[in-house]
Amino acid sequence: MIMRRTIKFLLNDRMQTLEGFDPTLTLLDWLRNECRLTGTKEGCAEGDCGACSVLVGRLRNGELRYEAINACIRFVAMLDGCHVVTVEHLKKRSGGLHPVQQAMVELHGSQCGFCTPGIVMSLTALWLGHDTAPSRERIEEALAGNLCRCTGYGPIVAALGRAYEIEAPSADRLAVERADVARKLGLIADRQVVEISDGERTLFAPATSDQLADLVASHPDATIVAGATDVGLWITKMLMRPAKVIALGRVSELDRIEDKGDRLVIGALASLRDAREALGALDPQIDEMLRRFGSEQVRNAGTVGGNVANGSPIGDTPPLLIALDASVTLRRGTERRTVPLEKFFIAYKKQDRQPGDFVEEISVPKPKPGALLHVSKISKRFDEDISSVCGVFRLERDAGGKVTEAVLAFGGMAATPKRAAAAEAALLGKVFDRASAEAAAEALATDFTPLDDWRASARYRATVAANLIRRFQAETAAGAVHRVAGILQSDAHA
Amino acid sequence: MHKPIFALNRDSITGGVYQSTRHDSGHKHVAGEAFYIDDMPEPAGLLHAALGLSHCAHGLITGMDLSAVTTSPGVEAVLTVDDIPGVNDVSPSNHHDDPIFPEKRVMFYGQPLFAVIARTRNEARLAAAKAKITYQQEPPVLTIAEARKAGMDYVAEPMSLNRGDVETAMAASPHRIKRSMNLGGQEHFYLESHIALAIPGEDGDITLYSSTQHPSEIQHSVAHVLGVPSNAVTVEIRRMGGAFGGKETQGNIFAAIAALGARKTGQAVKLRPDRDDDMVATGKRHDFVIDYEVGFDDEGHILAVDIVFAARCGFSADLSGPVTDRALFHADNAYFYPHVRLNAQPWRTHTVSNTAFRGFGGPQGVIGAERMIEEIAYALGKDPLEIRKLNFYGEKGNLTPYHQTVESDLSAEIIAKLEASCDYQARRAAIREENARENAKGGLFRRGIALTPVKFGISFTNSWQNQAGALVNVYADGSVSVNHGGTEMGQGLYIKVAQVVAQAFQIDLDMVKITPTTTAKIPNTSPTAASSGTDLNGMAALNACNNIKERLVAFACDKFQVPEDQIEFLPGRVRVGNREIEWPDFVKEAYSNRIHLSSSGFYRTPDIHWDRKAGRGRAFYYYSYGAAASEVTVDTLTGEYRVERVDILHDVGASLNPAIDIGQIEGGFVQGMGWLTTEELWWDAKGRLRTHAPSTYKIPVASDRPRIFNIELLNKPNHMPSIHRSKAVGEPPLVLPISVLHALSDAVASVADYKIFPNLDAPATPERVLFAIEALRAKAQDQEGHGHG
Repeated sequence: MIMRRTIKFLLNDRMQTLEGFDPTLTLLDWLRNECRLTGTKEGCAEGDCGACSVLVGRLRNGELRYEAINACIRFVAMLDGCHVVTVEHLKKRSGGLHPVQQAMVELHGSQCGFCTPGIVMSLTALWLGHDTAPSRERIEEALAGNLCRCTGYGPIVAALGRAYEIEAPSADRLAVERADVARKLGLIADRQVVEISDGERTLFAPATSDQLADLVASHPDATIVAGATDVGLWITKMLMRPAKVIALGRVSELDRIEDKGDRLVIGALASLRDAREALGALDPQIDEMLRRFGSEQVRNAGTVGGNVANGSPIGDTPPLLIALDASVTLRRGTERRTVPLEKFFIAYKKQDRQPGDFVEEISVPKPKPGALLHVSKISKRFDEDISSVCGVFRLERDAGGKVTEAVLAFGGMAATPKRAAAAEAALLGKVFDRASAEAAAEALATDFTPLDDWRASARYRATVAANLIRRFQAETAAGAVHRVAGILQSDAHA
Repeated sequence: MHKPIFALNRDSITGGVYQSTRHDSGHKHVAGEAFYIDDMPEPAGLLHAALGLSHCAHGLITGMDLSAVTTSPGVEAVLTVDDIPGVNDVSPSNHHDDPIFPEKRVMFYGQPLFAVIARTRNEARLAAAKAKITYQQEPPVLTIAEARKAGMDYVAEPMSLNRGDVETAMAASPHRIKRSMNLGGQEHFYLESHIALAIPGEDGDITLYSSTQHPSEIQHSVAHVLGVPSNAVTVEIRRMGGAFGGKETQGNIFAAIAALGARKTGQAVKLRPDRDDDMVATGKRHDFVIDYEVGFDDEGHILAVDIVFAARCGFSADLSGPVTDRALFHADNAYFYPHVRLNAQPWRTHTVSNTAFRGFGGPQGVIGAERMIEEIAYALGKDPLEIRKLNFYGEKGNLTPYHQTVESDLSAEIIAKLEASCDYQARRAAIREENARENAKGGLFRRGIALTPVKFGISFTNSWQNQAGALVNVYADGSVSVNHGGTEMGQGLYIKVAQVVAQAFQIDLDMVKITPTTTAKIPNTSPTAASSGTDLNGMAALNACNNIKERLVAFACDKFQVPEDQIEFLPGRVRVGNREIEWPDFVKEAYSNRIHLSSSGFYRTPDIHWDRKAGRGRAFYYYSYGAAASEVTVDTLTGEYRVERVDILHDVGASLNPAIDIGQIEGGFVQGMGWLTTEELWWDAKGRLRTHAPSTYKIPVASDRPRIFNIELLNKPNHMPSIHRSKAVGEPPLVLPISVLHALSDAVASVADYKIFPNLDAPATPERVLFAIEALRAKAQDQEGHGHG
C-alpha cells in the first residue's frame, strides 16, 4: 500500500497541507488554538449545542455539497479533500455582512451572541441548499442542533426569510466559486492510504474498500470511525486516546444507497441524512423518526453503519432496521458474512463483530404492500434528544386480516435493541383489533424489565411501550397517523 | 477618523431612548468577531488549568496521590489547598463556607479538590484525570426530604413573613386545602461556560478577565485568596456568552484558581472548564418543596395562607438566604392575603451549592401562589382565572405579606386586556367542548389553556446593593465614552445605557463608545442582577452626563454671556442664545477653555428600606407586571405535548428599547418554559448529577417555541421616576410560562372531566404528564366505583 503522510484540504480560501499531528485533534481545537479562528465556539464539545458549527464541502460523484457539521467532534485528520468553511469566510470581500448575517442583525437575532456564529452557519447551509425560503418547520429542523439560551429562537427563524429578501443564494460566494473549489478538491483526490501520526498514535484513512479490509485485518485493535459523532465524544469527554484509528471517510464505495427494487442496500459510510431520504420515502413515520435523529449536523456526519456497529441500546436505527428485517454484511479480508440484524446485538455493547471485521453494508427489505407499520420515538424533548423508548412495529396479515408476521422492536427497553417475543406471540394469528392489541400490550411485561435512569423511569418506559401498541392499534383503526408534534402533527398532516 | 455629518435642523438623534436600536454587538456576534474571553489574543507563555473533581458526595479525603498528575506530559504545576496564601474561601455571603479546595471533608460529588496547570488545556485535562484520591465515604443527604429526615441544618438564617392572625382565619375558613408540591431546579446553560484568564503584573498585581456578572466580588474574593489588598486586583469583562444568574457568584472559584496559578507559575493562566465539569461543579436554580395551606370562602376569596418554602441549597450558603427570601416576597404574586404566614427552609444537602438564577427564588414563590389559586378553582368548580381576578390587590387590601403597600397595581388592567385580545373565554369554551367529545370517543389528544399573571418586585432586597457608578468621558472631538459597573451578558444593558447617554447629550448613538466593564474605572459595584442593570447604571450614567452638561452650561453662560435658560441641547448641536453650535465645535470650545469633560456618576435607589428581622419595609421601588395565556395539546398515551399558542402582555414601563425588551420577554418565556417542562436535573443515589451535558439536559430548541407566539408591550410609563420611566425586564418574563404548566394541568384534568385536581409537579416532563393522567383516571374510576357501590 502506498501511504501518504500528509492531508490536504481547503480552509476558507487557503489550501492546507498538514502532517505529523495528533490523529484525534478536533477541528474545533485546531481552528481556535492553531489558526486562531475564534469565531467558531465551543459550547459543549459533544456535538449537542451547535456553537461550533462549520460547513464542510466535499465532492460526491463529482458534485460539491456543503453541509453543516459539529467541529468539536470532527477530527482534522478526517478532512482530507474537503473544503472547511468557517464563519470568518462568510463576509463579503467588500467587508459587508453576508445576507444571513445581515438578516440576523436586522431582526435582533442575537443577544449574548455566543451561539450566533454556529446558528449563522446552520442557516447558511440551509440557505445555500434552497432557492427560495424554506418553511418554518424546515428551518426549525435545520436549527434543532443549535441551542440558544437567550432569544427564544423567534427572530432567528424569521431571519432566514429576510436573508432571501436581501440576496439570492445563487449570488453567494460559495455558489459562485463552486466550480473552482470543486476543481481544487478534485486535484487533491487520490487513492492512496492516508496515515497521520504524532509518533505514538496513528489514524489511517484508506481510499478503497480493499485497503480498508487490509487495514482492519492487520490492525484488528484499531478503532473504526465513520462520522465520529460517537467516537468524537470518547476523545473529548472520556479522554480516551486510541492508539490506532481507521477512518472510513474517504472510502467512497461505502458511501452509497442502492435501491434494489425489493430492498435498499445502505453502505457503511452512507450518512444518516442520505439514509433518511431513502428510508423516509418508505413511510412518513420513518422520515419523522430519522428527522428527529440527533440534529442536522449529526445526521450529516453520522452513519447508519456507525449507529448499528456501536451497538447502543438507545440508538434509533436498530429498532427500525430490526422491524424491517434488515441484515448486516460484515467483511473480514476478502470474506463476507451476513447476519440478521436482530442477531447482531448480543449483549450490552457487545455485537457479533470480531476483531478484523467491519460493517460493510446493511440490507433493508422494503415493507410489503399492505403491511402495517408503526414508528414511535418518545423522548423528553421532541427534537435532538435520545429516546427514552423507541418502538418500531411491522405486521403482515393474510387475506382474512389475521396477523401472519409480527415484529415489535424496541429501543431503550433492554440492554440491546430487542424484539418483544411475548407481545408478538399475542398478535400472531389474531386480527389486529383492540383486544389483541391489549393482549400484546399486557404481554410486554414478560418481555422487558426496563431500567430507571435520567431519561425515564422504568415504570414510564413500561407504560409507554405498552401504550405504543395501543397507539398503533388506534391509528390503524382510524386509518391515519396523528401525533402531537412534528411533521405528523394532526392538523399539519391531515 | 469618524467624521459625523450634522444637519443643523434635525429634530431627532438616531439611537436615543425609546428607539428599537440594534444590539451594539449584533454585527460582531454574527461575524464571529465579538471577543469572549477565550477568543482574546493569548499572552505569550499562557498556561492552562484544569480541575480535579471529587468522586464522592460526602466523606473525608483519606489520601490524595497526585504523583501521576505531576509527572503527566506538559504539567507545570499542581495547585492544592496548600498553595493558597490568603484565605481558602470564596463565599459571596460572609458565611465562609465556600472553600476553593476542601481541606478534609468533601461536600458534593464534583467538588473541585485540586487543579493542574499545564502547557495546553488538553494536557491539563488528561493530567487531572490521573489523580488517585481515596475517601472515607459517609452517606450523602441529597434531597429536601432526606435533609428533613436527617435533621440537617439550614445554610442561612431563614426568613419569616407574618401578617394578621393565620391560625384563627384558617380555622374560620369555610374551605381549607393543605397539600405539597415538588418543583425542580434548573441549570443555567449559558452557552459560554465559566472562564477566567489571570495575567500577573508588577508588585504581585493581577489582572483578571472573568466571565462574571459581579466584577467587584471577583476582585475582592481573589484579593482575599491571594492575601493582597483589593487595589492589587483588576477585573475586566467586555461581555459574557450568557449568564442568567449563573455568573453572579459562581465565577469566584474559577477566577481564584486562575489567579493562584498565575501567582505560582509567574505566567498567565487560563481556566475554562469543560461543559460537563461546569455543569457538575457550579450551582443551579434551587429546587423547592412547597407545603401550602389555604383557607377560602365559597366564592373563592382567599382568607388565610400558610406556606413553607423548603429549598435544596446544597453544601453552602452562597445566595440561598436571599433566594429563599425572594421566594417569600413573591408568594403573594398579584394577590392580597388577608392573613398570611410564610416561612423559608434553606436546607443544607450534599449537592452542589445552588445559586442565583433569573428570578432568584421569585418564580418559585409565584408558583406557590398560582398553585393555591388552582386548588381553589378545582375545589369550587370554577375557572382559575375567575379566582385570580377575585383576589387581586385592590379594594380588599393593598398590603403585601412584607407590609409594603402596593401602588399603581396593573394586574387587573393587564389581565382584562389580555383576556380580550387572546379571546380566552371563547377558546376555553371550545377546548372544553372538544375535550368532552374526545373523552366520549376515546380520542388520544386533549387540549388545555391557562392565563396567569405576574407581579415582580424590582430592587435588590439587600437594600445597600441598590447603588451604581458610572464614568463618562467627552473627548475634545465630541465623541463620548461611557463606562459603568453593569455587565453585558446579552441582555442589552450596554446599548440601553449608551442610548441614555446619547439622549442626554443629544448626539447620535454612534458617537458613544461602549467600553468594557472594569473595576479600575468603577469601584465597588453591585452585581448585574435583580433585573436592576438598566435602572441603576442608566441613572448613574445620566448623573455623570448631567454633571458634564452642568459644566458645559456654566461655561456657555459665561463665555457667551447668555442666561442658563437660553442654552439648550438640541439634536447634534447646542443652542446658545439665538445661535446654534454643532456639538463637536461646542465641545472643542469648552475644552479650549479648560472645562472638565469627564465625570463619574452615581445613583442610589431612593425610598426603599427593609427590616428583615421584623419582616417589614418597602423592599421594592416598584413592581413590573405581565400576563400570559398559553394553550397546549397533550397525548394521553405518552404524555408528549406541544405548546400551540402563547399570548403575552407585559409591562416594561416606557420601553427604552422595544426590540431589546421584546427579546428579553421572548427569551425569558422560553427559558422559563424549559424549566417547567423538559429541563430535568437528575442525581443518582451516589449524588452524581447524571444530566450534566446538553445530551442529557434538555433546554428548549427552535421547534419547542410556541406555534403561535404573540408578544405585546403595555408601554405605560412607570409611576416612579425610574430611568426615563422605563421598567426592569430581565427576570419578570421568566415567570410568564407558569401559564404553560397550568395549561398542561388543564389538559390533564380533562380526562376526569375537570373534577379532580391534577396535582402536576414540575418539570412537567412527558413522564410526569402521563402519570398525572393515569392517576386521574385511576381516581375517577375509583370514585365511580364508590359511587355505584
